[in-house]
Amino acid sequence: MGDEPVLECRGLRKVFGENTAVDGVGFSIAAGETYGLLGPNGAGKTTTISMVAGILERDAGDVLVEGRVHSPRDGRGKSAIGYIPQELAIYPDLSATENLRFFARLYGLSRARARARTAEVLEVIGLADRAKEPVKQYSGGMKRRLNIGIGLLHEPRLLILDEPTVGVDPQSRNAILESVARLAAEGAAVLYTTHYMEEAERLCDRVGIIDEGRLRAEGTRRELVGLVGENDRVLLTAEGDLAAAAEAAGKLPAVRQAGHGEGRVDLLVESAREVLPAVLDTVTRAGAAVRAVEVREPNLEAVFLHLTGKALRD
Amino acid sequence: MRAVLLIAGNDLRQRLRDKSLLIMAILVPLGLTLVLNLVFGGLENEEIAAFAVADQDNGPVATQFTGRVLGALEREGVVDVRRVRTPEEGRALTEEGAVAASISIPPGFSQAVQAGRPAVIRIVGHVDRPVGVQVARSVVEAFAAELRYVQIAVATAGGPPERVAGEAAQAPAPVRFAEAEAARRQLDIGANMAAGMAVFFLFFTVQFGVTSILDERRDGTLARLVAAPIPRSAILAGKLLSSVVVGTASMAVLLVASGLILGVTWGDPLGVAALVLAGVLAATGVMGVVATFARNAEQAGGQQSVVAVLLGLLGGVFLPVAQLGAALSVVSLATPHRWFLRGLSELADGGGPGRVAVPVLALLAFALVTGAIAMARVGRMLRP
Ligand SMILES: Nc1ncnc2c1ncn2[C@@H]1O[C@H](COP(=O)(O)OP(=O)(O)O)[C@@H](O)[C@H]1O
Ligand SMILES: [Mg+2]
Repeated sequence: MGDEPVLECRGLRKVFGENTAVDGVGFSIAAGETYGLLGPNGAGKTTTISMVAGILERDAGDVLVEGRVHSPRDGRGKSAIGYIPQELAIYPDLSATENLRFFARLYGLSRARARARTAEVLEVIGLADRAKEPVKQYSGGMKRRLNIGIGLLHEPRLLILDEPTVGVDPQSRNAILESVARLAAEGAAVLYTTHYMEEAERLCDRVGIIDEGRLRAEGTRRELVGLVGENDRVLLTAEGDLAAAAEAAGKLPAVRQAGHGEGRVDLLVESAREVLPAVLDTVTRAGAAVRAVEVREPNLEAVFLHLTGKALRD
Repeated sequence: MRAVLLIAGNDLRQRLRDKSLLIMAILVPLGLTLVLNLVFGGLENEEIAAFAVADQDNGPVATQFTGRVLGALEREGVVDVRRVRTPEEGRALTEEGAVAASISIPPGFSQAVQAGRPAVIRIVGHVDRPVGVQVARSVVEAFAAELRYVQIAVATAGGPPERVAGEAAQAPAPVRFAEAEAARRQLDIGANMAAGMAVFFLFFTVQFGVTSILDERRDGTLARLVAAPIPRSAILAGKLLSSVVVGTASMAVLLVASGLILGVTWGDPLGVAALVLAGVLAATGVMGVVATFARNAEQAGGQQSVVAVLLGLLGGVFLPVAQLGAALSVVSLATPHRWFLRGLSELADGGGPGRVAVPVLALLAFALVTGAIAMARVGRMLRP
């Protein structure tokens, strides 16, 4: 295999009726590398990885898994992939053991191997002591962990996780992020989608920023932040007409980008110290009451704002 | 094939944990069969015991009927005949419910028959006793059929009227025919009810098969099945297989249990097995097609119930097809239920497995056509 990427996709495209959900997305992931797709809800993350996982027909583009073309109708390439759907995908009436055994066998493991891997995975996801209970009696976090465990059974070379931490308590979330990092350290290629900037920054070697079905930029955190240039990020905690405030601020010459989210206005400016008075004045006149001002180092959220003119979470 | 078995096995494991399946597949149909059998069985005995007969003719042909035919049935203990003087009297007894039906023979009946003119025997039946009325009718019809035979003989031989009565006396006694008819009907009612309930509920038992793809879509596990390294067709095949297994098992339990409890012998076991398997395949196919038109499992369940009830009604599960009228009786051939019941009654007559070839082929045709449609439409459902 050598330097051949575990996953390579090119020009992926998917159209739902009038809506082009994914439009020419391409990236590649090497063994041991974690690649993050960062974008807001509706950006096209799930659609993209559904095509990669072979559960959704693509309208255009190629997916190569370990150098071989991978298509939804062809079952073979799929055994290299561990796919963990965004929504829970487990049988509620079966126990964790039964869920795991079934999927292990479905991925072609022998009876003995399925039993052994089930026991191992139960340890990893911390469900060994409750493995015989019907899954419907589990807490939300336990179900999430089982959901992830199923994808690990056959020790895939490519692990695909779709927003695995949404709706998870902070403790489980940490456990999930740690286990993903461990798998990558063991040599798996990981494709991880999220709309949390912190997760992408913490976990991913490289990040692709996706919005409205297009990949806007791609690179390491450092490379991406470099795109923002020497700009500062100004975060205003505010109330009132934030949309109007962001629009008015965006018209100031020294403001590069302006976006707004719940209770805040997000700005990229050339030099915070110089423009701040003008910004505050403009925003207040546009109808927003500013409660706090924060000047930050640029991060991936700033990159997103820079690239799209929108706040990542809105 | 391995994937098909894995998916079917996984499906069965969940099915067996679901108490509602046991209830729907076994307990309800068995319970209903027993209850209905008690209700109808009770009526039957009461009804068969009593007819009123008013003979206003007293001619040789009429006496032949009242004496030879009814007399023999009476001696056999099949019917209890009360002789009355006028049709009005018989009608009154019927209305009171003292008898199930009253039979009246008008004055001049024998003469008319002997002269080859149309003659009528009237039956007045109690509205709530279809079985008793049916028995009265078959007895009279059997006798009338014999008369026609005699009349034709008269017409061709051109003999004197006296000979007619003589020939009628020598004609094969209609008694045995009527008796056999009555006895078989009795058996048919219990057996038909049990078989009808079994095949009716079979459609509910197998309905989850393809529908469970919709459940898996709701639970998200369908995405996992589609992402797994197995052919997509294995998913549908696994679901169908688990339906067929559950359907066959429940039919076997129902037929054996109702056979033991009601004392019904279903006939040649090989023939019954072929019918059951073909019936299960047909039911699975029909329910499968209906499921492919639904958006979710709840919707599918509703549509499937409607189809199952309609087909059951048309197929003669609740009412004998003979009572549906000629047009509906033809329409009933478009239901698997009708073919299944027809096959069973062929076997009940003591025929070998060859007797059910036509019903089995008809059921397999249902299975094939509906299965093909389900296969063609299922791609839509496999989109998670
Ligand atoms: N099955 C579908 N049919 C129609 N539109 C869809 C379907 N799945 C996704 N979309 C649309 O495609 C776009 C991208 O959705 P998705 O890939 O789920 O985004 P994300 O996972 O980034 O939140 C959205 O506009 C969404 O409404
Ligand atoms: Mg998504």
